[in-house]
Amino acid sequence: MLRFLLRRLLLMVPTFIGVTLICFLVLRLANADPVTTGLEGAISGRQVSKEAILHLRHFYALDQPWHIQYLRLVRRLVTFDLGTRWQDGRPIAKVVGEALPITLMLSGISLVIAYGLAIPLGVFSAARRGTRRDTTMTVLLFVLYSLPSFWVGTMLIVYLGSGQFLNCPWTHSRGCFPLQGWHTFRGFEQMRPLDKIVDVIWHITLPIVTLTYASLASLSRYMRMGMLETLRQDYIRTARAKGLGEGRVSYVHALRNALIPIVTLLGLTLPSLIGGSVIVEQIFGIRGMGFVALEAIRLPDYPLVITIVAFTGLLTMVGVLISDLLYAVVDPRIRIEGRQ
Amino acid sequence: MIISWTLHRLRADLLVLRNVVAAVRARPVQWVALWILVTFIGCALFADMLASSQPLLLYFRGHLYLFPNLFHPAKLRIYDNELLLTYLRPGDWAVLPIVPWGYNGHDLSHVLSAPDAAHWLGTDSSGRDVLARVLHGARVSLIVGILSVCVLIVVGVTMGTVAGYFGGILDVILMRLLEIVHSIPTILLLITLLAVLSPEGYGAVVAMTVVIGLVWWTDVARLVRGEILRVKELDYVQAARAQGAGTARLIFAHVLPNSSSPVLVSGTFALAAAILVEGALSFLGFGIPDDMASWGGLLNEVRSNVEAWWLALFPGAAIFATVTAFNLLGEGLRDALDPHLRT
Repeated sequence: MLRFLLRRLLLMVPTFIGVTLICFLVLRLANADPVTTGLEGAISGRQVSKEAILHLRHFYALDQPWHIQYLRLVRRLVTFDLGTRWQDGRPIAKVVGEALPITLMLSGISLVIAYGLAIPLGVFSAARRGTRRDTTMTVLLFVLYSLPSFWVGTMLIVYLGSGQFLNCPWTHSRGCFPLQGWHTFRGFEQMRPLDKIVDVIWHITLPIVTLTYASLASLSRYMRMGMLETLRQDYIRTARAKGLGEGRVSYVHALRNALIPIVTLLGLTLPSLIGGSVIVEQIFGIRGMGFVALEAIRLPDYPLVITIVAFTGLLTMVGVLISDLLYAVVDPRIRIEGRQ
Repeated sequence: MIISWTLHRLRADLLVLRNVVAAVRARPVQWVALWILVTFIGCALFADMLASSQPLLLYFRGHLYLFPNLFHPAKLRIYDNELLLTYLRPGDWAVLPIVPWGYNGHDLSHVLSAPDAAHWLGTDSSGRDVLARVLHGARVSLIVGILSVCVLIVVGVTMGTVAGYFGGILDVILMRLLEIVHSIPTILLLITLLAVLSPEGYGAVVAMTVVIGLVWWTDVARLVRGEILRVKELDYVQAARAQGAGTARLIFAHVLPNSSSPVLVSGTFALAAAILVEGALSFLGFGIPDDMASWGGLLNEVRSNVEAWWLALFPGAAIFATVTAFNLLGEGLRDALDPHLRT
């Protein structure tokens, strides 16, 4: 197990280098000098001293050949010497440090809800295979799976947030849910802890719905498929022949094996959640990683873009690693092969 | 010999196509999906005939103009149909399209108006007809979807074939590359590339096509690689090799045709995904520029006008219908072509 883990960790190094190299090349090929463009975008109309530009060019190693630039970039990423955001001069490490927890909170909650609902839904659907309830659920999940998340988010805002169609008595303003942010902007700091939690839940309900339904739908579909596949196995027939009830066969004997494909999907769901959060954060004005990334690309603030892409890439790789480890935990056959 | 072989292949392909059509026909849901797609393709092809700010036929001052909406005759400067009608004298006549508004025609007396008799699906914040923009948006969505899938299939099949057939160091490199591309959040990479290119006009369509194709080839490459690894060890390929068939002939005549149905299936799903991501990029403001009509761009306007439900409902429904239809078609093709994958 330890050797498996070590080998996987070592394999992450070339992948990380590749990810940063691709980002670097894309941005370098696009623009001869990101510092001048960035400064023009950030503080247009104001004079920038020659010394400041020279200092920045030196910091990003733009006066060096491109391979040295790249090595410096990797060194800065690894040592967390990330520089400052051009827009307001705040350290990038701080900006990312503030945005990352918000995105992680959204993705984490979404992941828990998606898995928590998808597993019982899939088992339920597979156990009642061919009945009307199963068919209804399959169609419903298929529709959910095809719904564009940016449409769903927009529609939720229009119908539940704008206050033109539905007003709820508990809100101070119009509509049922707030349009912007993950907490109330004014007076959030002074709230009692319980009120804070309620406030955050009220704010993130719509974003979480928008972020979750698609992964929920695809996970339930995979869960149903996995269950159907498992229920066909011989040992299930043995369990039935032994006289075990259908509930015990489904939930104890079949479920464990049907979970394997779902667990491996964790590694694929995480990147799609991060990608989805770009859209959701933009719709609901939540200042997470996706929001900051889009802001950086619009400016353009290339060092910030590279940092964010590199870190989300790292996050994705960790996600894949976790899913591989879980795979080994759920399926003993993998562990044995790894040991040999 | 080559001609007869090509004809033979063509005939085989036609037979496959007939089987596919028959398989789709046997399933009512897929049949409906196919008709939805045919409708949208029709909208895309005939958008200028359905919605235009210029008439289809015009008899003006003793001169008959045929389809000024398509040819834009230099003598005739028509800004919009409403204005034109006020200039008609007795004896002049015009045949207007069903939707007498172009996708870029501004009706300043109806700005951000809800659906009514003049504008069946309402107008946006610059007084542009939503129905006209939805019809013309079908064009952009389908072009981007179809072309980007062509790009990703060409790249993916090439990479997958090279890696799967030749193996060795090429295979190792490809698998690493797949993992690297997989680790970068696709949407961020797409947005960065589009922002860097910052294309204008039809350049945006080309840029999106190429960028989506070049970022998304990985799934097809993985699929083709797996298929090739499986097929190249089969007896009939070994037999062809023993008969002295060259590498090119082995790949193109024996190995690739046998891997074509999974590619067709995954290409159909990729088409749905490409249309979805085109919508998302235009929605975020990085895709199709505002002076061209796109479904995502229409949805983008809702962000500053949250009361305009018609701007959210109709273009989103169009994206949803197209994506669902392609997904359904993909499922149907998968069931028809690949019994192993049947759920």
